[in-house]
Amino acid sequence: MTRHLLSGNAAAAWGARLARADYVPAFPITPQTEIIETLAGWIESGAMPGRLTLLESEHSMLTAACAAAVTGVRVFTATSSQGLLYALEMIYAAPGLRAPFVLVNVSRGVQTPVTLEPDHTDVLAARDSGFLQLHCATCQEVLDSILIAYRLAEHPDIRLPVLVNLDGFYLSFTREPVLLPSVEQTARFLPPFAPEHLRFRADQPVAEGAAVLGSAAYSYFRYQSHLAALAALPAFEAICAEFDTVFGRSYSIVEAYRMEDADNVFLMIGSFATKAKVAVDRLRDAGRRVGLLRPRLTRPWPEAGLQRWLLGRRTVMVVDQNLSMGKGGVLATELASSLYGRPDAPRLLSFIGGLGGRDIGVEEFHEMAAIAQRSADTGATPPPRLLYTADELREVRKLQAIAHNAPRRAGEPS
Amino acid sequence: MFRIRFHGRGGQGMKTASRILGSAFFHAGYEVQDAPHYGAERRGAPVSAYVRADRRPIDERGIIRCPDLVVVADESLLAIAARSILAGIDRHSILLIVGHEAAMVWQERLNVPGTVLTLPTDAPRFSGVACAGAAARLVGALGHDAMTEAIGAELAGFGDKAVAEGLTLAEAAWQAMAPHAGCVSEADELPASRHAPPEWIDLPADPVDAATPAIHAGATSAALNTGLWRTLRPVIDHERCNRCWWICSEFCPDSAITVAADGTPQIDYEHCKGCLICVAQCPPHAIRAVPEQGVTP
Repeated sequence: MTRHLLSGNAAAAWGARLARADYVPAFPITPQTEIIETLAGWIESGAMPGRLTLLESEHSMLTAACAAAVTGVRVFTATSSQGLLYALEMIYAAPGLRAPFVLVNVSRGVQTPVTLEPDHTDVLAARDSGFLQLHCATCQEVLDSILIAYRLAEHPDIRLPVLVNLDGFYLSFTREPVLLPSVEQTARFLPPFAPEHLRFRADQPVAEGAAVLGSAAYSYFRYQSHLAALAALPAFEAICAEFDTVFGRSYSIVEAYRMEDADNVFLMIGSFATKAKVAVDRLRDAGRRVGLLRPRLTRPWPEAGLQRWLLGRRTVMVVDQNLSMGKGGVLATELASSLYGRPDAPRLLSFIGGLGGRDIGVEEFHEMAAIAQRSADTGATPPPRLLYTADELREVRKLQAIAHNAPRRAGEPS
Repeated sequence: MFRIRFHGRGGQGMKTASRILGSAFFHAGYEVQDAPHYGAERRGAPVSAYVRADRRPIDERGIIRCPDLVVVADESLLAIAARSILAGIDRHSILLIVGHEAAMVWQERLNVPGTVLTLPTDAPRFSGVACAGAAARLVGALGHDAMTEAIGAELAGFGDKAVAEGLTLAEAAWQAMAPHAGCVSEADELPASRHAPPEWIDLPADPVDAATPAIHAGATSAALNTGLWRTLRPVIDHERCNRCWWICSEFCPDSAITVAADGTPQIDYEHCKGCLICVAQCPPHAIRAVPEQGVTP
């Protein structure tokens, strides 16, 4: 194992290469393009066996991934944002085929307006599709998660596609030290895919994804995928134990940071959670009992793990880097369902921050912790809060003025 | 932790600068983070890049708010408020500006609390490598070998000639910064109590016309000289042009080709981005592409 400076995109490409992906259907989109460029370079030079095909859209790319996966080969593909949304029809179609593959999503906010910078509204659009979702916080975790994702996807009890998410810019273009395992070491953890029922032979014709004209069959097949997704929680733990044995790095379903005696707990996914670690350290230095929970999986939802960590705490501050319009933060909503009706549940505070790559400052984490402490002391829960400053609104007012689009006061002529 | 920001334009090598400095720190035993940050992905568009280096694993990420060192490769960026080049500069920060203006002039003009230095260089290419060489010297924690090895590693993909040219440029910058070697210091980490609380507001619901990202100010694209983006210039040979009157002008995606009454096409070089679709489409092959550098309009 050697240590290199690798960007999240390079780590993702290495994950696919070390996993010995046979087939890479591809379509470029910022900030993902480097991944397929890197793979294309390796395949062209012969450094990586396998085949890369450039499709004419993400929808076709996902269709090709499904078609290849049902023949029993190991498939890798990657997209981002609008690309993920364009492929969404096939993303919802894929899991029911019970054909495993890995899709990397490099998170980028969705339009309108267009942005290149990250938030999780794109990846959460695939939340109810049946894809399992792993969320990474570091470039090392990107590489490791892809290897783990293949084990999960190809697990005989699961056989579902897995989405591995990394944040655009904050991981995709950021280089960090990454331990790069050898091919031999990786092979010890991830053997060749044994597809068993998945095969494509001329003398054994098969129709995959057949239509069912009846609700009994429909409910049956849909619920089978749900049960398989739930089975991924214990499987993830078992696979990560093996990962630890081979590579010496341990991953839990929920990363818990300084949770000992923590009263007020941040809950976040993705790379922005490492910013919260810095804030937690500073707050701990100041004697505040705060901690951080970071679910690595959002599908399946780690309900029991979150309950175990959170019941008995005073507050949980959910920082959602996404926005479900007309409701609010998706994670806050999901977490509320896991805590409902439990008398020892912490008070749930909802914050929306980091939309379109908007920074979350250390002082904002401190303020959230102060609000949480006040809420715990007074017993009053504040309404959801968008992390947005007066200065940011001033900046937008300037842009609106330049665009001749400033809001008019009531009664003013247009 | 060392926190360093580079600011420049697409094509100057700001990402390369951050990677060279990042590699130098990494091989000197530091934990490192380096990354570029940009919007429009094209030559000439503003780009920044940052490097963090520490003896411990780094959890901080994204924008560097309080830089120890800011390197500006293109002084024209200083006039663009939206680039926030001076953001977070305090008394301990060093601001290095590439150009021939005296440091005193910039210090007065910008009125920044930190120390301003300048790096006079005439190198039209690879200014990112010079910036990395200068930054490495100013940081002080990195030896000469760490810098040259990092340049070798990061420029290897561009060939031996680029490595040699890069080493020469970086060496000159390294020498130029000798009087200030090691002047960059790591900022103290502020305790939780020293941070001013954020000035959060409740976002008002605005009238719908303001709440859409629409631009009503007309004809602004005509005022923008997008011809600066061009690297290859289409040039019409009017002798060869058969005055078809429509093909090149019709295919031009920027409406940058107009046709006179006698059928003679003219290219508006203020707005031609050099896509060369006209070159590809012209039936009598009357339009050729010439490199932009060294061409007089």
